[in-house]
Amino acid sequence: MKIAVLSGKGGTGKTLVSVNLAATTNESVYIDCDVEEPNGHLFFKPHNVSKKNISVKIPTADENLCNGCRKCVEFCKFNALAYINKKLIVFNEVCHSCGGCSLLCPEKAISEREKIIGEVQTGVSDNVTVITGILNTGEASGVPIIKSLLDNEEAGKREYTFIDCPPGSACVVMESIKDADYCILVAEPTLFGEHNLNMVYELVKLFNKPFGVVLNKCLDGENPSEKFCIDNNIKILGKIPFDNEIGKINSNALILVRENEKYREIFSSLLKIVAKEVEYETAINS
Amino acid sequence: MKIAIPAEDKSMDASIYESFGRSPYILLYNTITKEGEFLDNKAVVAQGGAGVRMAQVVADNGVKSLITLRCGENAEKALSSAEVFIYKGIQGTVKQNIKKFIAEELYLLDEFHEGFHGH
Repeated sequence: MKIAVLSGKGGTGKTLVSVNLAATTNESVYIDCDVEEPNGHLFFKPHNVSKKNISVKIPTADENLCNGCRKCVEFCKFNALAYINKKLIVFNEVCHSCGGCSLLCPEKAISEREKIIGEVQTGVSDNVTVITGILNTGEASGVPIIKSLLDNEEAGKREYTFIDCPPGSACVVMESIKDADYCILVAEPTLFGEHNLNMVYELVKLFNKPFGVVLNKCLDGENPSEKFCIDNNIKILGKIPFDNEIGKINSNALILVRENEKYREIFSSLLKIVAKEVEYETAINS
Repeated sequence: MKIAIPAEDKSMDASIYESFGRSPYILLYNTITKEGEFLDNKAVVAQGGAGVRMAQVVADNGVKSLITLRCGENAEKALSSAEVFIYKGIQGTVKQNIKKFIAEELYLLDEFHEGFHGH
């Protein structure tokens, strides 16, 4: 089963939840789709790491063949092409690599070249296969890397695959949850946290994904995110306390469940609840 | 000479628009005949490359100078290929900007921001 972990903003505990759930299983795959700042590998410290470059296709024009018909310029809905002073100009960072311009050009003046935008690293950390996507600094979109991460042949080989999503609810998150069987939304106990929870709540509803919420950094007293769940009839999968020791272990880049039995119990019970939810959802949808 | 100014509305008394690529209208103004024409900007809701699109329109209309409050790197690249000078406008109406331009009181824009590409 593929389980995506997401949240409306960074720092709520997506990596904490996905890394610890993955480490709790007997066997799993952890995929870090937060390609702009992947940090799951800092905890897993995987070995036997293999690397694969990820590239996109960028158009390039042959001035001698281009007759200035502008079909490509009109076609490109991202406006990545301009025809100025009898010359076709390509704006690489605006291009979404759809390939339309080269297909369309009647003069066959546009060809495509590969441009490396990042890499995928695959390694092992005890019971977990760790797959990390890395987008090169300055590149505009991580979507091609996320596609490659989720197409990885390791994904789906084990009983559990955990997808650590980028923060927010934009394209990169949509790409990350697209094939997930279940979504875990991680939320903080603040008004801001509730607002961010609402963002991803709307997204998973739009995608028709079964989901539940993990309330992180829980303190005594009011929890706006918890109230939001109750008001909207959202399943609360579990609560993680606001705890100095968690902070300390985490800031030393260690995995809670590998350090302390107390935390293993928290995540074991969370894993059981999630697995049950996924099974239930699969049963009613099949 | 033909100049261009992004405008909030189709009026000489409308304010200059804060962005170039996302401006709802662009005024094409002939400083000799004193005739002007407002064009709709089809790139207002574009998913990206709005500045490039607008630069294409400016270039296609034989504009020699653009007055704008700000301009992105990609639009700048396209405009400089089209040999269009980019002047820094003043907060105010389109009319006030034309006046300043004719009085040669505007300076060339020397800062270009990175794109806010809609990825």
